Amino acid sequence: MLKYILIPLLPLLSFIINILFGRNFIKDKAHWIAVPAVAGSFILAVSAFMDVQAGNVINVNIYNWIVSGNFNVTIGFLIDQLTAIMLIVVTSISTLIFIYSIGYMHGDGGYYRFFSYLSLFVFSMLMLVMANNFLLLYFGWEAVGLCSYFLIGFWFHKKSAADAGKKAFIVNRFGDFGFGLGVILVYLTFGSLDYLKIFSNTGIVLGQTINIFGNDIDLITLICLMLFCGAIGKSAQIPLHVWLPDAMEGPTPVSALIHAATMVTAGVFMVARCNPLFSLSHTAMNTVAVVGGVTAIFAATIALVQNDIKRVIAYSTVSQLGYMFLALGVGAYSAGIFHLYTHAYFKALLFLGSGSVIHALHNEQNMQNMGGLKKYMPITYGVFILATLSITGIPPFAGFFSKDEILWRAYSGGELGKFLWLLATVAALLTAFYSWRLIFLTFHGRFRGTHEQEHHLHESPRVITVPLMLLAIGAVAAGWVGIPPLLMEHGDKIGEFLAPVLGHPHGEGSHAEEMMVMGMSILVAAAGWFIAYQMYVKKTDLPMKVGAMFQPLYKLLYNKYYVDELYSRIFVQPVLKLSDKVILGFFDAKIIEGVVNGVPNLIGAFSNKFRKIQTGLLSNYGLVMAIGALAIIGYIIFMR
Amino acid sequence: MVPLSWYIVLSALMFSIGVFGFLSRRNLIIIFISIELMLNSVNISLVAFSHYLQSMRGQILVFFVITVAAAEAAIGLAILIAFYRNNPTIKVDEINLLKG
Amino acid sequence: MENIILNQLSYPILSWTVFLPVIGALFLLFMRNATLIRWTTLLVTAATLVISLPLLTTFDKGTYKMQFVEKHGWIPSWGINYFVGIDGISVLFVFLTTLLSILCVLVSWKAIETKVKEFHIAILTLEAGMLGVFVALDFFLFYIFWEAMLIPMFLLIGVWGGPQRVYAAIKFFLYTLVGSVFMLVGIVVLYFIGGNTLDILALSAVQYPVKLQFWLFLAFFSAFAVKVPMFPVHTWLPDAHTEAPTAGSVILAGVLIKMGAYGFLRFSMPMFPDATKFFMKPMLILSVIAIIYGALVCLAQKDLKRLIAYSSVSHMGFVTLGIFALNSQGLEGGILQMLNHGVITGALFLMIGIIYERTHTRAIADYGGFAGLVPWFAGLFMVLTLASIGLPGTNGFIGEFLILFGAFKAQKIYGVLAATGVILGAGYMLWLYQRIFWEKPNPDWTSGPHPVWDLNLREIAALVPLVALIFWIGFYPDTFLSYMHSSVEHLLENINKRAYAGQENLTARTIMEIF
Repeated sequence: MLKYILIPLLPLLSFIINILFGRNFIKDKAHWIAVPAVAGSFILAVSAFMDVQAGNVINVNIYNWIVSGNFNVTIGFLIDQLTAIMLIVVTSISTLIFIYSIGYMHGDGGYYRFFSYLSLFVFSMLMLVMANNFLLLYFGWEAVGLCSYFLIGFWFHKKSAADAGKKAFIVNRFGDFGFGLGVILVYLTFGSLDYLKIFSNTGIVLGQTINIFGNDIDLITLICLMLFCGAIGKSAQIPLHVWLPDAMEGPTPVSALIHAATMVTAGVFMVARCNPLFSLSHTAMNTVAVVGGVTAIFAATIALVQNDIKRVIAYSTVSQLGYMFLALGVGAYSAGIFHLYTHAYFKALLFLGSGSVIHALHNEQNMQNMGGLKKYMPITYGVFILATLSITGIPPFAGFFSKDEILWRAYSGGELGKFLWLLATVAALLTAFYSWRLIFLTFHGRFRGTHEQEHHLHESPRVITVPLMLLAIGAVAAGWVGIPPLLMEHGDKIGEFLAPVLGHPHGEGSHAEEMMVMGMSILVAAAGWFIAYQMYVKKTDLPMKVGAMFQPLYKLLYNKYYVDELYSRIFVQPVLKLSDKVILGFFDAKIIEGVVNGVPNLIGAFSNKFRKIQTGLLSNYGLVMAIGALAIIGYIIFMR
Repeated sequence: MVPLSWYIVLSALMFSIGVFGFLSRRNLIIIFISIELMLNSVNISLVAFSHYLQSMRGQILVFFVITVAAAEAAIGLAILIAFYRNNPTIKVDEINLLKG
Repeated sequence: MENIILNQLSYPILSWTVFLPVIGALFLLFMRNATLIRWTTLLVTAATLVISLPLLTTFDKGTYKMQFVEKHGWIPSWGINYFVGIDGISVLFVFLTTLLSILCVLVSWKAIETKVKEFHIAILTLEAGMLGVFVALDFFLFYIFWEAMLIPMFLLIGVWGGPQRVYAAIKFFLYTLVGSVFMLVGIVVLYFIGGNTLDILALSAVQYPVKLQFWLFLAFFSAFAVKVPMFPVHTWLPDAHTEAPTAGSVILAGVLIKMGAYGFLRFSMPMFPDATKFFMKPMLILSVIAIIYGALVCLAQKDLKRLIAYSSVSHMGFVTLGIFALNSQGLEGGILQMLNHGVITGALFLMIGIIYERTHTRAIADYGGFAGLVPWFAGLFMVLTLASIGLPGTNGFIGEFLILFGAFKAQKIYGVLAATGVILGAGYMLWLYQRIFWEKPNPDWTSGPHPVWDLNLREIAALVPLVALIFWIGFYPDTFLSYMHSSVEHLLENINKRAYAGQENLTARTIMEIF
């Protein structure tokens, strides 16, 4: 089974070759190395998937990574059902994105660099999903963060890109802070970091508590929450979602890669992977669900008013990730992974499609300057429609099945679940609205850009459109492996496939209720379309009026609830000010250096006084000597 | 026979004159002579005690003192000449290179 | 003796390693041609590395005992011997020292134009002094090396340094000397209490009265804390680093400041186990302060070299945190992190020296956009940045993770607080990287009178071994960790077994009685 090690190693090899030789030798042929490598990974991933389907779960340790005292971590891989699905998602979408990038990045000065980073990104993500222990997961976890840093800051001459890259990394570090401590706590609790050893031994934590500042906290809850911190950062949930929209500074294929195949799905994957731990703590589960639900609606509201085409899609990703966490939080792990899988296809499609638009308009991203593109770019328009139908949850497109399962499982999950279901349904309405708004603003109406742009409008080349069409197939059909039992006996193949890892309970409730949930989701999707159609096709002056009517709300949403400004005000600025003015300017320079230079200065001052004694005149010295001699003689004579 | 005390008094007088000369005169040569005077006053008392105590130790010490005095005079005069070449003066109150 | 293994090789390997640089320095005295001097020095340092390699390859990892021991009477009436040997704690530092010395010669090739002979003599004697500190097993010998090493370093800073070099050199010298004097007093006390011997191993086996341990610990602490440097006696470091020539900075960061931590491991902990346990908490607190304080200062720094110097304060905080966690993960992480920090920060200073040769400015604001101008340089600097912020796959991660693990295991709160240093570390290093390499380049460097050029072969040759070590330790740290297992276990056993052995506990109350 060692051949599966090649799955991550091929992209790594591509990275090493491209980064070392790309600049001087390979140059614009970098894709000849990167694409075969990732395609090879895809083929091996399919083979691994078949193996797993045949019942062979692979768990191998390659070598001991860190050994110290009783601490021992290996480098080893686990390929089970969950990993197999992730492998397929990651490698298939990456392959298409790689091919797409050949066209999209053509002629860019950093072409070789782009493909080497992409390869490293895929390598990191594959390590993340294939790890058989927490520390190797952490390796992949940090490495994808690093690659996102490289790729978001790819056009590093732009300050905004450089800032965004740095922001992504540092915000992620906040999450990783909790995650890393969580990993340590896991080891201290279970004495191992190996998944299978831990998950087969979860019983020992029951009832254990840990004392923090005098409060007893349930150990397993603490572990889960700390791990979840990492997921919040990586998967851009509230309150660490701020990096993802800024990540749009990177080239569009990167956005697609980050949002669909790698990086943001890591958090969802990790929580699903740790489901035996999370299942033990109600508090942690509820936290996951609430964070997910709130993020879903929070991000959706922001997406309503954004004008940057990629930003809208970015917020929709945040929102959809919220759905996934909502699913995980209510115990529907396989539904979460199912949504991850369908989402990957339609989101990659949306991003690459928007990339195609941006490419055609020479890096115009503002939708207010687009419009009427459907007659120029029919293929892009077509795939966009398919992706939108999928994300808004119209049957029988992929998104419908996964979203429906999440909604149903939320609905059947008690009172909190019902509340979250309500949130998610409203979010679905918003999703439909902003998705169609995007379509109408971009492709319908008349063109609002410059004549220069209009003159050059054209459909993208084949190397771009072919991956789009392939992804469109996924966006349409990916959901057919998870048809709810209500509609088709044994239709939920993916759920059954994942059952050995994630369990497979089905929601409780009558068929009527299930039908109602399903009907609602279709209804809100249609309603979203209708409102958007009214506002952006029929009465195009309506958005202005509505915006003016709710001016403060509009501003609040447009400025993303001012979260960035808030963080800057309460974290970034004070820390910088503290370090500059207080620590360096006062404490280090004045107090410590004051003492350090003060003591010698004090001694110097004393010496200055004493040196006056040394007049340099011989007779003075002689006089002192004489007096001294007299004093000694006097002492000897009179005092003894 | 001259009693010991006479020698002691002579020695003390000579020493005091030496000290006075050392402290009051400005000329370096005179200062050197004053130092010689002090050393020799000590020599007188040493020889006197040596004779009085019938011990040769005092006289041995005198030879040491004479040797040291000779060496000191030689080195001192050498320094003096070296100094004079740079600063044409031998007045001590104009020489204060060791001023702190 | 039961706790040493005499040198089994056919030649006195440790003496050769230590004194070969001295012999080389003597040869340099008779040379005039600068190029010849450079090549000779390079050859001597390379030969020293080659000679020291059998230490790594033939090292017996299964024992904690001192190995390759040479012991000869020196001043018998005072019980002073020429006594050298290494164990799992010191072996890696001998390697680090010999490696970094070569790189120092390489990086000074063009940078040092004045007093070439004296410079290289200083480098060689410095190397000998540092090696001596790591191998000495007799206090007398140790103290000689410990102080002797200061002189060439003082000269390096004071003669070949930047504009403020004299201030920095004197500050460095006095700072360290003040600390060392207390240690000297401590050594004298040990001599009389421990049975008129200066044999470090014999003195380590003595059970000292608890109250005495308290004072002796403080005496040694004053020497080692300055060297580390721990908060709040760290302020010599930025000045010395900033003013020192590149080679000086590399040695300072790479080896010299490791000696403080090494001193804790070799002397304070085995000799004063009770005091070590008593001081565990204050030391952890100081370490955490150093980590966060150093990182915060870095956020405000505007000078390239000062920033890296303060990052050393932060990183050495991790080292002492690990060491005083007093468990095997913390200790091994601490020792490994010392090696890592030597490699990473050494390389960082090398790179700053290299870029300084081209731009002649240390102000971060003068830089920008260098990734486009010097891509190979930028790439290697990125690797170092990542290692410095402890990204998995680099050596920094292994060290920091083990340290955090150890600290968390010992006292959870310190582990948590120290982990915030990891976030801040990412903040200042990435910000630095952005300001130097990203955004728009300053037109001076592209078209102005001072065009910058990328790394040449000599510079790459100096950096490649360090980068290779970064990944080697990152992916297969066992090569290095395995050296220390036995020694660290023995040290811990020693502390735990002997602390509180049949004596009154060293508590706050007994300390109060001392006053």
